[in-house]
Amino acid sequence: MMKLDSKIPPGPLETKWDRRRFSEKLVSPNNKRKITVIVVGTGLAGASAASTLGQLGYQVECFCFQDSPRRAHSIAAQGGINAAKNYQDDGDSVGRLFYDTIKGGDFRSREANVYRLAQVSTQIIDQCVALGIPFAREYGGQLANRSFGGVQVSRTFYCRGQTGQQLLLGAYSALCWQVEQGQVTMRPRTEMLDLVMVDGQARGIVVRDLVTGRVSIHTAHAVVLATGGYSNVYYLSTNASGSNVTATYRAWKQGAAFANPCFTQIHPTAIPPGDASQAKLTLMSESLRNDGRLWVPKMARDHRPPEDIPAAERDYFLERRYPRFGNLAPRDIASRAVKAVCDEDRGVGPGGYGVYLDFADVVAQQGFDVVRERYGNLFDMYQRITGEDACHAPMRIYPAPHYTMGGLWVDYNLMSTIPGLFVIGEANFADHGANRLGASSLMQGLADGYFILPYTIGHYLATAKLISIDEDHRESRAALQRVTSRVSRLLNVRGRRTAASFHREVGRLLWNHCGMSRNEEGLKSTLTSIPALREEFWRNVMVPGLGEAFNQELEYAGRVADYLEFAELLCHDALHREESCGAHFREEYQTAEGEPQRDDSRFAHVAVWEYREGTSPILHKEPLAFEFVQPTTRSYQ
Amino acid sequence: MKFTLNIWRQKGPDERGRLVTYEARDVSSGMSFLEMLDSVNQGLIAKGEEPVAFEQDCREGICGSCSLVINGIPHGPDRGITTCQLYMRRFPDGAVITIEPWRARAFPIIKDLVVDRRALDRIMQAGGYISVHTGGAVDGNVLLISKDQAETAMDAAACIGCGACVAACKNASPALFVGAKVSHLALLPQGKPERTSRVKAMLEAVDREGFGSCGNQNECEAVCPKRISVRFIATLNREYLWSGVVESGLPAEPESPHAESA
Repeated sequence: MMKLDSKIPPGPLETKWDRRRFSEKLVSPNNKRKITVIVVGTGLAGASAASTLGQLGYQVECFCFQDSPRRAHSIAAQGGINAAKNYQDDGDSVGRLFYDTIKGGDFRSREANVYRLAQVSTQIIDQCVALGIPFAREYGGQLANRSFGGVQVSRTFYCRGQTGQQLLLGAYSALCWQVEQGQVTMRPRTEMLDLVMVDGQARGIVVRDLVTGRVSIHTAHAVVLATGGYSNVYYLSTNASGSNVTATYRAWKQGAAFANPCFTQIHPTAIPPGDASQAKLTLMSESLRNDGRLWVPKMARDHRPPEDIPAAERDYFLERRYPRFGNLAPRDIASRAVKAVCDEDRGVGPGGYGVYLDFADVVAQQGFDVVRERYGNLFDMYQRITGEDACHAPMRIYPAPHYTMGGLWVDYNLMSTIPGLFVIGEANFADHGANRLGASSLMQGLADGYFILPYTIGHYLATAKLISIDEDHRESRAALQRVTSRVSRLLNVRGRRTAASFHREVGRLLWNHCGMSRNEEGLKSTLTSIPALREEFWRNVMVPGLGEAFNQELEYAGRVADYLEFAELLCHDALHREESCGAHFREEYQTAEGEPQRDDSRFAHVAVWEYREGTSPILHKEPLAFEFVQPTTRSYQ
Repeated sequence: MKFTLNIWRQKGPDERGRLVTYEARDVSSGMSFLEMLDSVNQGLIAKGEEPVAFEQDCREGICGSCSLVINGIPHGPDRGITTCQLYMRRFPDGAVITIEPWRARAFPIIKDLVVDRRALDRIMQAGGYISVHTGGAVDGNVLLISKDQAETAMDAAACIGCGACVAACKNASPALFVGAKVSHLALLPQGKPERTSRVKAMLEAVDREGFGSCGNQNECEAVCPKRISVRFIATLNREYLWSGVVESGLPAEPESPHAESA
């Protein structure tokens, strides 16, 4: 029976983290040198953690599947990073960032974690400035801010529309420094395929060298997963094509609990899908909603070009439904509102999958140049993809899977239910509850990597009893055997369908039944369709080439095989949660006006799923106690 | 639309490669170049043949993975974009398109269109950073940085490390890549303390990795997907010159009259 101990320090919220840091045991500098930590993934969380652990004196082995750590998908985050600096003196504070994040997450996250996140947010900005990140500045030389979806203060720091890129390159440069110092060994083009467990502790990983195809074991004293989210289970998403669930899913199968998998964020402002060959959805930064207005024609099936539709016949539906927040309503709410008008046949563009995002008013007020300076690169991107110029005609946008709040369960110290397995960044579930606010993912990734994990992992390493092991240990060999047999199984099917065709099919099932809105009937039918599809995959997939070679199709097929199992877990979670909260909207639980109905009496808990071979996953619950804030109806009206 | 593709196929680093011709059929004009290659690959896989290996990841022009030389030009015919941002509407129906990998001695071919660009990481590891420990940084607003200075640093920092500059250069010089990083950090006060050691260490790494020297012909700027300006190569040269001045023992700053007594 799995025990969930969140290890949240008792006592006042404001001092929980300080007290935890003081009570933690430290590892002496001499001993740090003898300790190896594995970090998997080099996005914001992984790169910042690997660098900081190296600086502390640990030996770090760092892995990524990309050809360089700088290519991790954090690079694509556009809008910005939140911090409670209150430089604008507009009423911001740690408490307000905390409250906005808890409320934005629809009261499905832990108070203690979120408060700590808000506390360290200010340090992140200072650290990033010290690393040379060229944040936008005011004329006087001070840091500039903008406001971002779901909040009423300006607390977002940014580097044009490339904040994720700059923050990642900052963390990457810190990582480069530690590689040069000999503290971090970097292993790019290496994919984690399994976890090595010894005496119930995480002691290493099995990886495949993506160039030679060789499968090998790396052992360590602790393992940190910073492997990102799983939006690609939907096939079409805003994530990079390489982003995948394999590392966290494999860890789940070794006993790490998975929390709230059904909390998947659908971002409102992506470029609408085009034809069947489309491989990804491109995000248009949420910052566009600061100045752009969303609308559709009032009349259904109105196919006039936008400029021929007079103002009186337009429905600015976010401003109408949520007058207080208008176009800045949080992502889940905006996405559902877009879906609702499209379901009424008022969508625009091919197939009716789209709404207008219109800049005409701000261009009229502030001039073309100002708008161009603010969003130039996004307008260029839009034009390249669609062939249309957003300065002269409104953009068309449609929601797309973007971020996953769910992930491996971790305690306050970011350790999973497996001792020695730590999970940071998007890969864990901890801070965003049922919905993430804009510009908070960069904050969380860097908070975990720079400022939280390096403290908490020390306590584990100082107190855990760890026997010495190597690649020849029985458990290492067993893990290696699991991986090699799976690789050869994939290669030996030699069927007639490509892995992509299965991926597309499972993605469509999830998008239709476990996407922006869900219901019992659809989820139950999906839970019967997925095993059949998985069975066909293992009977009929075609993976050409060899195992001991550079083989991109083999990499991909392995990831698809995991999606075909993981998709079921997602549906189980969505089915269990008989309420609507945040990004999880169950059609059975809504008000007459179509607003979600949360059920705190039955579902104020984290749903924590345990793997059990041969049966359905087992549900455990971590109750969410709200000592410091009162859960309210999350209204943005 | 329909296209004839001449694609570089090479089994491994030590094998001989050659151009192989494929037909791409039923291509729609709204398809991206990489989606067009995806569809060719799906056809090959369904026949049990090995698909064409090529790099891609974010497909929105920021990760720097994609790296194709299209009709002789890195990232294809349009300026200021990566391969993944190129759409088939850019080509006339029936066109013949030649697709090759980045070619440079420092970028050995791994397979087909995939090359090993770790040399760029090693240049960065030699000095492309500011050595600051996590924690203890001063408040971000303590360092005032003018808007223009921050914007210019950002122009340089926008480099995505794809290596197109190297692929376009007949000398296979990474001067634009190195110049962008050296300029970004030299322009900011935070980067000043390591200014001289950084530029030297990075340029030594360039030589070690087998890259060539800059010939000032600016092909790099022409193909750079982020339109990084060659004036950052000029900055790189100035920084290098300056590091030599400092090393030769000339005073970096006018000497303080109190230096002796201090």
